[in-house]
Amino acid sequence: MPDANRAPRIDILRSPLGRARGLGAAHAGAGIWLGHRLSAIALVPLTLWFIWAMVSMVGATRQDVAAWLGSPLTLALMLALLLMTFYHMRLGLETVVEDYVQQPVLRLTALLTIKAATLFLGLACIASVLRLGL
Amino acid sequence: MRDVRDALMVARNTDGKLVSRPLSPHLQVWRWPVAMAVSISHRVTGVGLGIGTLLLTWWVVAAATSDRAFATVQWFLGTPVGLFVLFCWTLSLLLHLCSGIRHLAWDAGFGFEPRTYRLTSWIVFVVAGLATLLIWAVGLAIW
Repeated sequence: MPDANRAPRIDILRSPLGRARGLGAAHAGAGIWLGHRLSAIALVPLTLWFIWAMVSMVGATRQDVAAWLGSPLTLALMLALLLMTFYHMRLGLETVVEDYVQQPVLRLTALLTIKAATLFLGLACIASVLRLGL
Repeated sequence: MRDVRDALMVARNTDGKLVSRPLSPHLQVWRWPVAMAVSISHRVTGVGLGIGTLLLTWWVVAAATSDRAFATVQWFLGTPVGLFVLFCWTLSLLLHLCSGIRHLAWDAGFGFEPRTYRLTSWIVFVVAGLATLLIWAVGLAIW
């Protein structure tokens, strides 16, 4: 961002038109945008179901959890919830980093950490749920 | 100039002189309308829920691991700190859910009139707050 104490100047040897052309759509954002909304729509009923399930699981033992996940329908709903949650979370956290972190190294590190962490946490949850339910 | 975004902040005035474009005032300058509070809380709760998935992962992984590991999680969730974290988690989830539904309505082109906008902001806070209290009342009654 421009420094308030510095006289404005342009250091890039490109015409204003050339710069403006370089700033256009990357032709890759629509898929991410749509994925974020579609996962949000899927998560509305899934989250409501999950809250209801968790409230009824208050004080549950490990055997109760395993029995609950033993139903194929519950297991499928749980897998859908986990996939959608971690996908939606990855897109959301990436958007936040893209908006606020400007320093290139920090930005790339944060974005890659988010990708790796959401993938790993998601897989850990899915593996656990499958182990309990199958 | 460090990147292309800076290039957009510099322009020529009618005399052909290079000037910095004016910036809009930052967050702390404005009064806090309710819509702004909902907008900010959507991001904050989103990031909070991201951190909250660590708790979900711990719970599920412990359940799949051993009786002892699961007993540890269940013990932690029953402590005052655990209950506080769970309460914040519930509230964040419902705020993000309600506010998210409002976002989906905007994406479909509804709800941009100032009156609707303010009304739905309040609805998000009230519904999320009441639903959280209801869930906790039921949960504590069972517990």
